[in-house]
Amino acid sequence: MGFEKFGRKSFTGVTKTAKFVDLLTEGKVEGTVCKQCGAKFFPPRADCASCLSKDMDWFEMPKKGKLETFTIAYYAPFGFEKDCPYTMGLVDFGELKLFARLSKDLKPEDVKVGMDVAIKPLQYEDGQMSFEIAKA
Amino acid sequence: MAKDVAVIGVGQSSFVRGYEGSIRELAFEAFREAMQDAGITQKNVDASIFCSAPEYDKQRSPAGVLAEYLGLIPQPTFYIETVCSSSSSGVKVAYSMIKAGLHDVVVVLGFQKMSEITSAESQERMGRGADIQWEAPFGTMMPAYYALYAQAYMAKNGLTHDDMMNVRIKSGTYGQTNERAVYRKGVKASDFDASNPDARMAGAVAWPIRVGDACANADGSSCVILANAEKAKAFSKKPVWILGIGAASEAVNMAARPDFAKGLSVGYNAAAEAYKMAGLTPKDIKVAEVHDCFTIAEIMAYEGLGFAPMGEGKQLIREKATYKEGRIPVNVDGGLLSKGHPIGATGGSQIRTIVLQLRDEAGSMQVPGSPDIGLVHNVGGVGLYGNVTIFGR
Repeated sequence: MGFEKFGRKSFTGVTKTAKFVDLLTEGKVEGTVCKQCGAKFFPPRADCASCLSKDMDWFEMPKKGKLETFTIAYYAPFGFEKDCPYTMGLVDFGELKLFARLSKDLKPEDVKVGMDVAIKPLQYEDGQMSFEIAKA
Repeated sequence: MAKDVAVIGVGQSSFVRGYEGSIRELAFEAFREAMQDAGITQKNVDASIFCSAPEYDKQRSPAGVLAEYLGLIPQPTFYIETVCSSSSSGVKVAYSMIKAGLHDVVVVLGFQKMSEITSAESQERMGRGADIQWEAPFGTMMPAYYALYAQAYMAKNGLTHDDMMNVRIKSGTYGQTNERAVYRKGVKASDFDASNPDARMAGAVAWPIRVGDACANADGSSCVILANAEKAKAFSKKPVWILGIGAASEAVNMAARPDFAKGLSVGYNAAAEAYKMAGLTPKDIKVAEVHDCFTIAEIMAYEGLGFAPMGEGKQLIREKATYKEGRIPVNVDGGLLSKGHPIGATGGSQIRTIVLQLRDEAGSMQVPGSPDIGLVHNVGGVGLYGNVTIFGR
């Protein structure tokens, strides 16, 4: 349990990576790294896709990266309608990438491919925990 | 290139909004046409494969239900799902069964009745065809995912909104003559003009994707009947052979994807496998059906299939090279954009178009010069699955 608190609306209740939500409440956005082979993953995995080890550790994601691409949703799927419009994008850190919504502080007209951005944990007013892409 | 497995019959229902019947009746429409096309009866069919994406209608395990309705019991029947490329995946499985000698004649039937749920519910379901654990919680949906690719193409490859609009104008050119298409109107530049109050296609859905950049939901069915060489020659005067067949998969999470300005990896990976098996190159293809669920997807397909160099797909639409009279005609039946995209039925419908083209039976859509090699590119999800199949006379 615990993962139903992830994101605007979670579709997954139980996962071995539910600690991700606890880490968000501590202000940390973390991925997992394989203790056997060193492979790093984001989003986090409980099992290593490279060497099949189940022995994983948490590591803190880089705080700054470049926006590889983005979109502004003016139409939302069922259950997300009240949030429109919202911007979602992909951050490239070099070794790893991360997908998330962009902060409401970033005006759509100011968002550009290649711009420097930062990653921050986010708590919604209803208590849901997430992370977002913000100004660098 | 081996000629071991052929298409001996093709069928398709009209693609419509709000089909006036149940899924078994919808499946019957394509099946009947394909069986008449092949000139065979159910006794000649050794197995059936049904293909759709779940959660549109309420029927669980539809294969048995539909096999009974089509008179295909007690033969074995199977259900194959790769979302939007389900029926192409079904064809690959049928091909494998025939090559293995398990069955001589196999029916592949794709269907989808999308109208049983609302458009917003449909977006939510399609969004859940991606990563429900880590991405759907942000409010993802298909147009937004494809918009990530479109944005990268615009920023890095010089793609413009006009290029995407011109893909839609091309699909409208052919969709208006396709009597099975859901959207049968032509498309003009003024339809995309945001300053025009009557513009039907200018509204933003997931920027930079606008209403007109997206295909239409539809209800529909398709049917492809495959046979081994002996049965194909016995039953069919115009068998169309499968020369190459490729399939690929990709990471579901966008964070694990390669460069977005290079398009969908499943497109180029499946294409490489299909070309290698067929012993052919992109220059050999005379007509193609590509998965244009969004206008950007057609541009990416041009590159993935090798019709244009990486990053230069836009040139093909600028030069009108993919029109019927062009160097490589693409989606001259209106594509998903105008014909409609009933998820599970789409691949079979694309195959039907190419089979009719290679038989010189495509009517007003016929590509001149009697094309002898055709290609079908069918993608599932946001490039989660890809199938490329090459056909020849």
